[in-house]
Amino acid sequence: MISRLRRDFSALRYQKPDANVVVDLVERLRSVLRPDQVRDSDSEIRLYRRDASNLSGRAAVVCFVESTDDVQAVIRVANEFAVPFVARGSGTGLAGGAVPPEGAIVISTTKMNRILSVDPVNRLAWVEPGVLNLDLSNQTKHLGVHFAPDPSSQQTCSIGGNVANNSGGPHCLADGVTSAHIHAVEVVLPNGSVSVLGGEDPEPGGYDLRGVFVGSEGMFGVATKICVKLTQNPPDVATLLLDFSTVADGAQLVSDIIADGIIPAAVEMMDQLCLQAVEEYIHAGLPVDQAAALLVEVVGLSSGVASDVARILELAERRNVGGVRVAADEDERALLWKGRKSAFGAIARIKPNYYLHDTVVPRHRLPDVLEQIYEIADRHELIVLNVFHAGDGNLHPLLVYDASEPGVTERVHAAGNEIVRVSVEAGGVLSGEHGIGLEKRDLMPLMFSEVDLAAQADLRRAFDPALLSNPDKVLPSPATCGDVQSIPDGAWI
Amino acid sequence: MPAASINLDEAAKAFADEVGSEGEVAVRGLGTRGGSVEGVRTVLAPQGIEWVQAAEMTVRCGAATPVDDVDAELEQYGQCVAVPSGGTIGGALAVGRSGIRRLGHGPIRDSLLQAYFISAKGEVVKAGGPTVKNVSGFDLCRLLVGSRGTLGFLSDVILRTRPRGDSEQWFVSERDPWELLSELYRPTSLLWDGRSSWVLLEGHADDIRAQAHSSQLEEASGPPKLPTEARWSVAPSELPSLRVAAPGTFVAEIGVGIVHHSHEASRSRPDAAVADLTRRIKSEFDPVGRFNPGVAALRFSG
Repeated sequence: MISRLRRDFSALRYQKPDANVVVDLVERLRSVLRPDQVRDSDSEIRLYRRDASNLSGRAAVVCFVESTDDVQAVIRVANEFAVPFVARGSGTGLAGGAVPPEGAIVISTTKMNRILSVDPVNRLAWVEPGVLNLDLSNQTKHLGVHFAPDPSSQQTCSIGGNVANNSGGPHCLADGVTSAHIHAVEVVLPNGSVSVLGGEDPEPGGYDLRGVFVGSEGMFGVATKICVKLTQNPPDVATLLLDFSTVADGAQLVSDIIADGIIPAAVEMMDQLCLQAVEEYIHAGLPVDQAAALLVEVVGLSSGVASDVARILELAERRNVGGVRVAADEDERALLWKGRKSAFGAIARIKPNYYLHDTVVPRHRLPDVLEQIYEIADRHELIVLNVFHAGDGNLHPLLVYDASEPGVTERVHAAGNEIVRVSVEAGGVLSGEHGIGLEKRDLMPLMFSEVDLAAQADLRRAFDPALLSNPDKVLPSPATCGDVQSIPDGAWI
Repeated sequence: MPAASINLDEAAKAFADEVGSEGEVAVRGLGTRGGSVEGVRTVLAPQGIEWVQAAEMTVRCGAATPVDDVDAELEQYGQCVAVPSGGTIGGALAVGRSGIRRLGHGPIRDSLLQAYFISAKGEVVKAGGPTVKNVSGFDLCRLLVGSRGTLGFLSDVILRTRPRGDSEQWFVSERDPWELLSELYRPTSLLWDGRSSWVLLEGHADDIRAQAHSSQLEEASGPPKLPTEARWSVAPSELPSLRVAAPGTFVAEIGVGIVHHSHEASRSRPDAAVADLTRRIKSEFDPVGRFNPGVAALRFSG
């Protein structure tokens, strides 16, 4: 089990409500829900202090909602008491998006976990927000379809959380991020009204409210039903592991493949330290002596797959590919993917603590940005492993360390800050799939001007004029705007 | 990457000056999607392609650039954009209607990665970012697509491109379109007029032949002629109700839900919460109603 550094997050606008107010609030919530749905014991409040990030807050009360009516009732009470609320799925977010502001109501959607309907002909389904990502694909497998967004946490993350963060995953390279797989969302808006944004019909009139709700990190209301697109399972799959003696050769091949007009289903990269850690963990016969390996998956109809594989191997030769391993069957394919997806478990063997970053750079900048990341880690005397969605240019540098070592946390902090900066300077973005949350809130000025941020704040105000829905996330307060040094106390970047 | 014909950062500043911060103003394009608002000062967004980055699968162009110019430029790289042909890129995005390849290529709304737009205050505002994967802040790009120029005027955009298929072929069949939807692997388009089904397949030529053979498809020269009088948007599960409609009066996009029809659909009533949100968004972005006055953001069909 990996212990990670925990810090309190205190830079919140909302002050802890008076104890008497909390008592009234809890009593009122127990009158609109069943009493057992409303929990306020210290131990339960502690459980909901944080998500999977290093940040934490403190809620006043946790509500386990079971229906749209429940969510609406809780949000009406929140408005009555002018108390902020935060929806929470599985709590796997890495950017502090589900960390409760002091005194907030946490709305846990884990009990809203039903698949409501599946239309196998038109390939769509209505689900509740607490349905786990992988469960939907498993439950619809017999119909020959799956839910394409596949975050690495897909066994435990919820679809409501995927919608809130517009989550990605390895297979978003060909199929797009979560937004492209959401037809409609039933939401309880921050003022307590219920509406369906978007629709099963392809061009609902008016603004694309569905599109702006996806990725709004819980700040535009709470999703209570989600209409998702299901994707046909491919008839043929080829999974290749290609290894290289330099990271640059592997990284350049990624651009070569895309420029050639091939969009593999996924292109993932693991560097040497990662390969070694994973190999010790799962014994898959990975090329541990090589600088990097690419896991490439091509899907489709048989002739197209065969021709893409042949072309990729031809391009790989030009980048001095070392070993080429083509998964011979489903078992070997599963083993190679297990290697990729178990990387985070494997690194516990190196150091007890880690900090996972998430930035995106244009694909052609991968070789030099990776080189800069190694240089940054060296300079701060830290170990960095790279395991990431190379096809999307979506970097996930993992800084591993031992928090008991004096001064190391400051070095991790400084190195992380530099990694974000070099990514944005290379023409990239702050986050590819984890979101902004609290973690990167005050780094937003690296990418956006005050005018740009004001437009985002306008949209937020239109949805939530009272600013009760997951306040203080994503948008830096005007005082910190333009001052990227001002990181919230305790926040890790 | 071709030599830049235009500096779009500079052009955005000039466009912002032209839009200004006061008075009613409408944006014009080539007039192919309804034309601009009459009786109001009009402005034209920057025009030209600044770059194509084939390995990134992105293109940056001014909003007034003709779709067909972008398509011709991208053809040199074996790529295309999911934007229906004709008119300008900005016009297509502002209207937000996808083409008949939506089933395979996805909707136009997913093609916009980054936009610079001019706000009602006359400022240049950036939305989104240059990479496909990007969850940095609220998704203003999705808000702009289909907003009919009521919130801001697009100055320039970065669009996601996609590879053109190695081969493509239209087919026709008398078979039931829903059977075809079930058995074909990711067709690019599947159209039905109540009698016949038209299918567009893209990819490796051998795969196209094999699919056509096993589903008994016959080669066709192209899609059917689409009625242009009306465009319905209905849930794809409702399309079978068209079985009772007179064949030839419509062409439906199976699996999508667009119906190109010779008669107007009855209009549904806007949801009160959606109407309220729409008003609030308009009022935040354009409080005095400068932009495209008279254009209703909330136009329901279906």
